[in-house]
Amino acid sequence: MCVENFEVSLNEVFSRFKGRREELIPVLQAAQAAFGYLPVEVMKEIAGFISVPESQVYGVATFYAQFYFSRRGKHTVKVCLGTACHVKGGGRLMEAFERELGVECGCVIPDYQFGLERVNCVGACAIAPVVMVGEDVYGHMESNRVKEVLDKYEKGS
Amino acid sequence: MRKVLEPLRQEAIQRWQALQNSDKPVILVGAATCGRASGALDVMAAIEDKLREQGRDAIVRQVGCIGKCHSEVLVDIIKPGRPRITYGHITPELAKQLVEDYLVNDNPRTDLAVCAASGEETDIPCADELPDSKHQIRVVMCNCGHIDPGSIDDYLAQDGYMGLAKALEMTPQEIIEVLKQSGLRGRGGAGFPAGRKWESCLKAKSDQKYVICNADEGDPGAFMDRSVLEGDPYSVIEGMAIAGYAIGASKGYVYVRAEYPLAIRQLRLAIQQAKEKNLLGKNILGSGFDFELEIFQGAGAFVCGESTALVLSIEGRRGMPKPLPRPRTTEEGLWGKPTLLNNVKTFACVAQIIHRGAEWFKSIGTEKCPGTAVFALTGKVNKSGLIEVPMGIQLKKIIYEIGGGVAGGREFKAVQTGGPSGGCLPADLLDLPVDFDSLTAAGSMMGSGGMVVMDDSTCMVDVARYFLEFTLEESCGQCTPCRVGTEQMLKILHDICEGKGREEDIDLLVEMGKAIIDGSICGLGQSAPNPVLSTIRYFRDEYEAHIREKRCPALVCKKLIYYRIDPDKCQACGRCLKACPVQAITGAKKTPHVIDLSKCTKCGVCFEICPDRFSAVERKTGQAEELN
Ligand SMILES: Cc1cc2nc3c(=O)[nH]c(=O)nc-3n(C[C@H](O)[C@H](O)[C@H](O)COP(=O)(O)O)c2cc1C
Ligand code: FES
Repeated sequence: MCVENFEVSLNEVFSRFKGRREELIPVLQAAQAAFGYLPVEVMKEIAGFISVPESQVYGVATFYAQFYFSRRGKHTVKVCLGTACHVKGGGRLMEAFERELGVECGCVIPDYQFGLERVNCVGACAIAPVVMVGEDVYGHMESNRVKEVLDKYEKGS
Repeated sequence: MRKVLEPLRQEAIQRWQALQNSDKPVILVGAATCGRASGALDVMAAIEDKLREQGRDAIVRQVGCIGKCHSEVLVDIIKPGRPRITYGHITPELAKQLVEDYLVNDNPRTDLAVCAASGEETDIPCADELPDSKHQIRVVMCNCGHIDPGSIDDYLAQDGYMGLAKALEMTPQEIIEVLKQSGLRGRGGAGFPAGRKWESCLKAKSDQKYVICNADEGDPGAFMDRSVLEGDPYSVIEGMAIAGYAIGASKGYVYVRAEYPLAIRQLRLAIQQAKEKNLLGKNILGSGFDFELEIFQGAGAFVCGESTALVLSIEGRRGMPKPLPRPRTTEEGLWGKPTLLNNVKTFACVAQIIHRGAEWFKSIGTEKCPGTAVFALTGKVNKSGLIEVPMGIQLKKIIYEIGGGVAGGREFKAVQTGGPSGGCLPADLLDLPVDFDSLTAAGSMMGSGGMVVMDDSTCMVDVARYFLEFTLEESCGQCTPCRVGTEQMLKILHDICEGKGREEDIDLLVEMGKAIIDGSICGLGQSAPNPVLSTIRYFRDEYEAHIREKRCPALVCKKLIYYRIDPDKCQACGRCLKACPVQAITGAKKTPHVIDLSKCTKCGVCFEICPDRFSAVERKTGQAEELN
């Protein structure tokens, strides 16, 4: 991470807040939006900004599923495993993506092209099972379309 | 205050009428999350392109979800002097065609139409007479799909803010009296009487109080609250302002899941517009009452739907529910101040109750549970979508009449309500009236509104395991029964699903479930065993089949199923052979293919890829003859 950019981005994030205790979660959210995830250095700076021990920043950040602590893939594949998608075979879809990408759910592939995650209901249950790649939604998904969907992003990258 | 509102209202009504009586066609595109997932924005762009190309003028507007998610993308067209026609399953290509056919050539394309606002268009069914509309009553969702959620004028023209204006002329106690008389119960799941909660907040003495709207919507198969925020955020804002006035709070928070970006955008826009019209902020409608509203984005924790955890989360801490005995949130909530927490739909009901009166509300639903229930009806049902029905309606009416029955003509097995805190109800209970009390008595829960239909291809043991996995993951971990108990239950369920269950496991699960309910400190643990207990109660035979016969009757549990190719049906097309990721299939041209079960990982790819006209790949349960 380039130190100069790091400071500029972080200062920009901090400039939107007052540094109060209750701003911790919004600050973490803004920092994650700026960096893509929460590097340790960033959490340390946040601890200083909010004036709480580093352990508390880490404790809060790890409590919530929204926060990431390592670099994410360029494209994030989110397989919906909400109830409707689960009963319509979302689990088998997840296995198909794991097979195709060669990583387990929650991981990023070595070249950082794709990350694989699960979500709970994206609100499109009527077209379950559903998979999202970035902002794009794929409904009525089937295992044998997995490769075709991934190829779109591989080429377009 | 109604006098102050009147000019705003009149202006809005005029605009609305101008739109309704416009000499240009009006085109509405359902662009809530469900519509967008099916391509609503592309449809909208296609419509605009086509209009430009044809040199036609029309008013194109985005609206929220009208609930017919099964027919997305939905497009409504109102031609001057014609009834509103709703079209379903519209793609960008169809949209262009539709513009050309209906707007240019005056052919209403009845083949694409779902319904029309009145029966004038002979070949199109009338909206109110559709089987899925017949039993529905719109209170919470009355504006969803009709108004542009980005236009406060649209809301004002539907009697919006009449409730607040009237409330501001009443005393807080009078407002609470109306709420109590209306019998409104909280829509977040437990059904606690709203009037009583408001009253205890009003009685609490403090210099500052808070109103919080719970839009955390943690149930992993539900999206009602989000649709309300996306389709009609104003009704929630208005309800919260009334609450602020009634309990004496000048500040409110809407706690929304960060995973709901569109809902957050619409809400932010709505708050902005309400401020501009002085319907939020200082001295609202000249009444002297101040009310500010802030959005807090929940960072993804199911347990933060619980009141004390939610409050801690807004304070910037870990969302760990506080154990009893503790003061009620209505007495000591956010920053230790009295705090009123209600669900999105609860607030959405309030404004209308004040405006239309308690009697009107009580005329809908049942005596103990007045009003409507909103459900996200999904799963193996023909017409998935968002529905709003009077409380007390029978389950079977929802599933068979509104939902159009079980998809694919398969057999109904169960309906799940209440998400991870609820349970599965079997076919015998389809006559059950749907309300807070009867669902709880049957071992399920109203929850905040997920309703998932399951057919004979859904394994009840697997469903129980699915929900328990979810609650275990979401347990905050501070109390032992919830943290350790659910894990032990899950281990047993895993064993059963893998054919390693023991005869005594079922009773053990029941015993542990009861202990976890009794011993956990918050609603998460106290309800976590419900999916397991209810499936044992109604589908014990399925557990027994897994344990005694090592069979999964629904053909779901991987360890208990195998795949086989029927040599009589196989046409040796080679598709499965090529697709198999582990080369477990052998065969050649004209030689029926065979699965080597020792290599097979049961991924099911062959089953999915085998063309429907052959259907040669079979999924079976029990011991494979080939393995013997
Ligand atoms: C684990 C857990 C999760 C909950 N999740 C939600 C939720 O997502 N939305 C909600 O409105 N209420 C949820 N509740 C219920 C709330 O604690 C609270 O009872 C409700 O928001 C009160 O509003 P109401 O009276 O309008 O129903 C949850 C409760 C528990 C124990
Ligand atoms: S459960 Fe997957 S979209 Fe709702």
